[in-house]
Amino acid sequence: MSMIVTTGLTKRFGSRVTALVDLSVEFPPGVTGLVGANGAGKSTLIKILLGLAPATSGTAKVLDLDVATEGTRIRELVGYMPEHDCLPPDVTATELVVHLGRMSGLPTTAARERAADTLRHVGLFEERYRPIGGYSTGMKQRVKLAQALAHDPRLVLLDEPTNGLDPAGRDEMLALIRRIGTVFGISVVVTSHLMGELERVCDHVVVIDGGRLMRAAATSAVTALTQNLTVEVSDRGADAEAAFAAAGLTVRRSGELLQVALVDESTYDTVRDVIAELGVGLVRLQQGRQHMLDMFRDEAAS
Amino acid sequence: MTVPRETGAIHDIGYRNYDGPRLGPPYIERSLAVASLRGAFGLGRSTRSKVMPVLLLAVMVVPALIVSAIVVISGADELPLAYTSYAIRLGVVSTVFVAAQAPQSVSRDLRFRVVELYFSRPLSRRSYVRAKLAAMSAAVFVLMAAPLLVLYGGAVLGGLPFWHNTRDLLAGLAGAVVLAVVLASLGLLVAAWTPRRGIGVAAIVAVILVLGGVSAIAQGVSQDQGHPVLAGWSGLVAPYPLVDGVQVWALGAESSTVIGPPGTAGGPVFALVVVAFVAACYLLLVRRYRRVTAS
Repeated sequence: MSMIVTTGLTKRFGSRVTALVDLSVEFPPGVTGLVGANGAGKSTLIKILLGLAPATSGTAKVLDLDVATEGTRIRELVGYMPEHDCLPPDVTATELVVHLGRMSGLPTTAARERAADTLRHVGLFEERYRPIGGYSTGMKQRVKLAQALAHDPRLVLLDEPTNGLDPAGRDEMLALIRRIGTVFGISVVVTSHLMGELERVCDHVVVIDGGRLMRAAATSAVTALTQNLTVEVSDRGADAEAAFAAAGLTVRRSGELLQVALVDESTYDTVRDVIAELGVGLVRLQQGRQHMLDMFRDEAAS
Repeated sequence: MTVPRETGAIHDIGYRNYDGPRLGPPYIERSLAVASLRGAFGLGRSTRSKVMPVLLLAVMVVPALIVSAIVVISGADELPLAYTSYAIRLGVVSTVFVAAQAPQSVSRDLRFRVVELYFSRPLSRRSYVRAKLAAMSAAVFVLMAAPLLVLYGGAVLGGLPFWHNTRDLLAGLAGAVVLAVVLASLGLLVAAWTPRRGIGVAAIVAVILVLGGVSAIAQGVSQDQGHPVLAGWSGLVAPYPLVDGVQVWALGAESSTVIGPPGTAGGPVFALVVVAFVAACYLLLVRRYRRVTAS
């Protein structure tokens, strides 16, 4: 069963701003990345999925519940971590998470237990008895994540959880997200404008741009697509491009620098043979990864 | 359960699922109301946030203690002050209380965007507004009911007529409920439009004082000029004389202002204005919160 299904979802603000355009996509169980540049419509989509903002047209179902009519029930079963600061500075993390657990319908004793559990799982220990006002950005992100998990939801929506974190904090947050999806057994939708970091933790990715669906696929399928070889020749770049194309390879050229799609091991052999036949010098042969969003832009453009 | 190595030893306790009950929106609304009521007196918050409410509660109760002591010692045969007029006479205390605690209750959630966390839960915007209104009303009521109970204690100990005083106490408590709801509605409405706490405090004091001043001046002037009916209607514009008018009509209380509501139509009109005012505050608050999260 899909966690989220949207059909022809469109959202307009006034007559001029269109945030989502005819979006039809499914989010399978597991960890799914929702990728798009800032302003691509990620946050708008999340608001609609929580039943907080009505769609202009189209429908969406979360856990098989209709967002237009069953918002309350959805919010009972879903956890949400907002993108921006949303924590009061004058209470401790424990007090806040207990209170918010109750606000999700948990009886007081259960809310206390769950708060202690989730704060420990996100890695907050003695700090949790201090007022949140004194926390670092990384600790605040952890509190925001803990409150989203406080009621043991079946699905969590995490809006830019790595925002503002340093590289080490980013890695810890991503590892935590991976754990939520695998060890905790809670499905995750995580948004980011950075494809690279999501590739590492997501089973699936959904890419949107300008409110339109660019691609929805398993991460492995998407990453396979982006494997390529950078080939730099000493001379005759145009001839090399033609020769690669004739040998059945997908190739793009800028000057003497060629990007060849890496299909499997035989691609290396083909490249070697073509270069040898042309009799040009091979300056560089490097395996790399194309920036995924660029790739989608190319596809959309062609 | 084994734990992947990269997350380290700190997480070395398995995740437990929650299979217990999930209580519905009524429980959530009630919990928010209780938490907000506790917050209004600084319970479960820092010592600093307890100072103001406790101080105000003391200021409110001390005169009642003194009056009670005088009644007990002197053996007076009635209280020098009616139950229904106590809260109105000490209006400045409840004004300061609402001004201090209403922003604490709602401006904080708006300013730090905690509302995003509330509204992503089964709590609706209407529920949130109702819980906050109920909590603030209850807090103001506690502030006003405490001295009335002290007065009643003094009256009973001083051997004043028991049933007579019990009836008057109940009338006083009923009046306090109305006054508390009116003040809470006004305070929360102003606070919800002023996300900065300091401005909220000042705005609430200003609104109540200005309205009270306008009403008192209008009453005084028209009374002096020989227009008692106009003077009576002037009570409509400010919270304290408005509730005073309702008490005079519904509870048979003596007016604490220059003049009570005019004629036979006055009382019901005052009561209707109270109902309309509270309803309007509720609807405006709901509208305010609809705007907060739709974007």
